[in-house]
Amino acid sequence: MPDRPDQFVIKGGRVVDTNGDRVADVLVQGGVVAAVGRRVEGAPVLDAAGCVVAPGLVDLHVHLREPGDEDAETIETGARAAALGGFTAVVAMPNTRPPLDDAAVVASVLAAGRTAPCDVVASGCITKGRAGGELAPMGELHALGVRIFTDDGAHVGDAGVMRNALEYAGSLPGAVIAQHAEDPTLAAGGHMHEGAWSSRLGIPGRPGAAEATVVARDVMLAELTDTPVHFLHLSTAAAVDIVRDAKRRGISVTAEVAPHHFTLTDAECRTFDPVFKVHPPLRTDADVAAIKEGLADGTIDAIATDHAPHVPEAKEQPFEEAPPGMLGLETAFALTLGELVEPGVLGLADALACLSWRPAAIAGLDGHGGPIEPGRPANLCVVDPAVRWEVDPSRLASRSRNTPYAGRKLTGRVRHTVLHGEPVVVDGIAQR
Amino acid sequence: MNDLLSIDDLGPAGIDELLALSESFVEVTRRDIPKIPALRGKTIVTLFYEDSTRTRLSFETAAKRLTADTMSFTAASSAVGKGESLLDTVRTIEAMGVDAMVVRHQCAGAPHRIASWIDAAVVNAGDGRHEHPTQALLDLLTLRRRLGSDAFRGLRVGIVGDVRHSRVARSGVKAFDAVGADVTVIGPPTLLPESLDGWPARATTDLDDALPELDVVYLLRIQRERLGSALLPSLREYTSRYGLTAERAARLKPDTVVMHPGPMNRGVEIAAEVADGPASIITEQVANGVAVRMAVLWSLLGSGAPVA
Repeated sequence: MPDRPDQFVIKGGRVVDTNGDRVADVLVQGGVVAAVGRRVEGAPVLDAAGCVVAPGLVDLHVHLREPGDEDAETIETGARAAALGGFTAVVAMPNTRPPLDDAAVVASVLAAGRTAPCDVVASGCITKGRAGGELAPMGELHALGVRIFTDDGAHVGDAGVMRNALEYAGSLPGAVIAQHAEDPTLAAGGHMHEGAWSSRLGIPGRPGAAEATVVARDVMLAELTDTPVHFLHLSTAAAVDIVRDAKRRGISVTAEVAPHHFTLTDAECRTFDPVFKVHPPLRTDADVAAIKEGLADGTIDAIATDHAPHVPEAKEQPFEEAPPGMLGLETAFALTLGELVEPGVLGLADALACLSWRPAAIAGLDGHGGPIEPGRPANLCVVDPAVRWEVDPSRLASRSRNTPYAGRKLTGRVRHTVLHGEPVVVDGIAQR
Repeated sequence: MNDLLSIDDLGPAGIDELLALSESFVEVTRRDIPKIPALRGKTIVTLFYEDSTRTRLSFETAAKRLTADTMSFTAASSAVGKGESLLDTVRTIEAMGVDAMVVRHQCAGAPHRIASWIDAAVVNAGDGRHEHPTQALLDLLTLRRRLGSDAFRGLRVGIVGDVRHSRVARSGVKAFDAVGADVTVIGPPTLLPESLDGWPARATTDLDDALPELDVVYLLRIQRERLGSALLPSLREYTSRYGLTAERAARLKPDTVVMHPGPMNRGVEIAAEVADGPASIITEQVANGVAVRMAVLWSLLGSGAPVA
């Protein structure tokens, strides 16, 4: 491919979006989709034979660590990892240093994101300093384009504050309050899921009820305020049930799950390797099954990575002293394919819905999530669903190495990613 | 065996072998000059991130009686205060040339992490709430010397108290089970493990109901900090429900023995007259600690030549 071609055609792929599933070529011109159909002529060609051409993936939940922890990740390295993972937009969580509770900090993140190989969408804090007390300047942040408000990493514990945040957000079009649902009084001092493994290993646990109690409360607050609540990284069967019930009752809630919560269980912690430490923690087989069920029946709207880079020293510690979090951007698509599509939990289109157009809708990202039709911004990914590869931490584009999948053989990988008409990943290689 | 991290590393045969070896070291410790050159030229470091007197002294005495050189590291008087990480600390110590590291750490699995980082043998001297394997071994040795080597099968052992937070209990349950004993953990629900799935033990919250059946009453230390976290109403209430008072001790079978890993809270989990009474083998536990640790160190570092 020449540098930044203004026009090219993605040839021979199977196009999957909200319009369906068909074999078609996609002509991209001037940053937008110009034509979709059989035998669209054009040059140069981006080969998509045997591949799926889909709207670019959208990740509602990444930690890019900038500002404050640029030795773990930067907006640029994180965005490159995202592009290699097929993502064309990521929502950057606000637990940076300083946190995204201030218009100037948000503006700086957005500015750094403008040259990144993936659209970087800033979230904003619900409360100042993510401390759970005073409201962050949500209106000012909203004016900069912030739509997802969250204190992620911390949960808004005070029900009165949460209610006020929801009511206030109701005046900001498209704003969504997103909760990290873990009651810190129940999870206090815990480092892994509380259950058979924590009891055996002597690692203090975080009970599943720490999540479910908060989800139940916030469902009631969403109903009270008639304002949507989005639940970040749900991990328990009980929480999935509560969300399912809330949706049945017509309450405006959405939910995401992280690939590690449908791929791994608390049994991984038996090696005491903190690469498996994450909040909320890896749960049980029964929770994994419930999450899959929630994905299959639409209770869960989105798959989001909770990509959480940490420098090697941070994880070269005893389990209880290491920080929580694991990488996710470069493995999410393959895990979705391997754990959900392959065993028949989700059809390919439903899986892409969870990875692309539903999260795009939650975040209010009109230019992402397709459909792939003339006039739409060309934010696309081309994925090879058959290629086998092994996760080698040293070859990840993220600045950090804390993937829990080192050595794991995965099937399915992103071949090309197109951002606003520019091929930012070609044949699995980042172009910038 | 390269390391001793957990009772799981041993299995029944390994435990048996170590106990037999320990018996021969008990004999050594009773000599006029209780010292043999079995580990001459070997260097053993005790790396203690938590306060401990008896375990550290016991390991250091064991090493010295085997003629090993010893070094002692405690977190309080080290570069840890200057922010040195565990990884850097152990690599620095290893670079000085050590053959074994005896590790006590406040985090479960810290010795497992260290074992994955260094070539020297690692002995777990207590990791968080997880395990304290040499304590379990010295408990078995003490029982075997008191009751005979064929007494374990079917022996009814009650481990009483703060099982949830206890590394002594986690190693003890596995070790007692491995030698054929029948283990019950006893305590208030807030101090029993959240899950007993995979534990080779039964559980009850009723000490008085379990007590008359027990051959061994193993009491765990109650820590005052459990009150602050709302796990117990008061120490007095704990004593009234779970303490081995003189009245309760009077209801034990005549040959039942009483054990405690120390340090004891006299008047809380155990009455002074019970601790010092004829059923108590608590002092023997401490005495046997040195022999067991000699056996562990010799198994890990010894040449394989006859012991003494």
